[in-house]
Amino acid sequence: MTLSYPLQSLTAHPPRLSPGYKSTVKRSPTKPLIPMRHTLSELTGPVYGHETVRENDNDLTLQGKGEPLGERIIVHGHVLDEDGRGVPNTLVELWQANACGRYVHVVDQHPAPLDPNFTGAGRTQSDSEGYYRFVTIKPGAYPWGNHHNAWRPAHIHFSVFGHSFVSRLVTQMYFPGDPLFPFDPIFNSVTDEKARNRMVSDFDLENTQPDWALCYRFNIVLRGRNATPMETK
Amino acid sequence: MSKAQSKPEGVTPSQTVGPYFAYGLTSNGKYDWNDAFSNNLVTADTSGERVRVEGRVFDGDGNPMVDCMLEIWQADAQGRFSDPQDKRALPNSSFKGFGRCGTDADGRYAFDTIKPGIVHDPDGKPQAPHLVLAVFARGMLLHLYTRIYFGGEAANTTDPVLVLVPVDRRATLIAQQAHCNGNAVYSLDINMQGDNETVFFDV
Repeated sequence: MTLSYPLQSLTAHPPRLSPGYKSTVKRSPTKPLIPMRHTLSELTGPVYGHETVRENDNDLTLQGKGEPLGERIIVHGHVLDEDGRGVPNTLVELWQANACGRYVHVVDQHPAPLDPNFTGAGRTQSDSEGYYRFVTIKPGAYPWGNHHNAWRPAHIHFSVFGHSFVSRLVTQMYFPGDPLFPFDPIFNSVTDEKARNRMVSDFDLENTQPDWALCYRFNIVLRGRNATPMETK
Repeated sequence: MSKAQSKPEGVTPSQTVGPYFAYGLTSNGKYDWNDAFSNNLVTADTSGERVRVEGRVFDGDGNPMVDCMLEIWQADAQGRFSDPQDKRALPNSSFKGFGRCGTDADGRYAFDTIKPGIVHDPDGKPQAPHLVLAVFARGMLLHLYTRIYFGGEAANTTDPVLVLVPVDRRATLIAQQAHCNGNAVYSLDINMQGDNETVFFDV
């Protein structure tokens, strides 16, 4: 099966210049992008397997000497292509703030405590059906300098590869019902409401583990659809 | 654990990597996390001409972008991709062809790799040696794609992608050989805006 990557799929993405998010103004191109046909350079992509992922890389609560503070959660779902097929054996990386909304990063100096037992970095590989699973801590909201009283809704950053270099995706997973949604220019840079909601995870009671952790489901849909409409099985 | 999936309504939208990706994606020894990737693509069995490709990334005010992540993807010296979708024989079995680099306090990046071989376009026309480059940063809601070609390559004049680019902008895609003591060093700056705004591709 060969996948194709029509440009039409890109309309779900935010415009690169979204002035409500001020940093886009000097960091987005002013000249139109130049269209070109995909060649093998675009239609292939890096393949990384188990050698890249260590045991516990997908459990962010086991990386320190003790348990991190905060609300333990399970985040799981499928990496899919646009036809809904699982994307197998692909690397999924994530990074996030701790329960207090603080990142392990020299630039993040906002007055919230670091957690010595939480780095907020994880990675895993999707299985043969595209399924992935992380155990982590629910990140806190945090302030940022974009405008007066600006706060980011709680989110987890995801980085996913997929079948080709043009299926590469970096996104953010949000939590359902966050009161900060209407005020966040990054979330709202995605202008289509249905597309925006694809970045919001679903609370998953069925897979919530009693007496242990709430669960959220987040499916990640990457570019790529069947190039041959009459696929025979 | 698997569930039947209904057909999605569209792709998951992109969001910025933000300012805090370094500890998770480009730690480079600064944080307590092992990197999955580095900016050195060369492995023991990699054949080909070793090159360093380096430069700086600038925003629209000409300020260095110190929180930028660059990723390259390339063929090996024989023009083969380390991806099962490329069915041809792979002479460099451990060469992955993928590199990742975070920019430093001067907005500087560098990749140590080998000059890729010829990759043909869908019509069978040879493309000049090139790296595919993806640029991620705070303030970039969706990463940008561009290419890095190598100065001095005769094939640049007939490359089927370069010829799509207005002549006066092609230089923004061609790294120039800076100096050579042992390994060749090619230099190319990435400018998000301005007179020398880098050509980005709609792919």
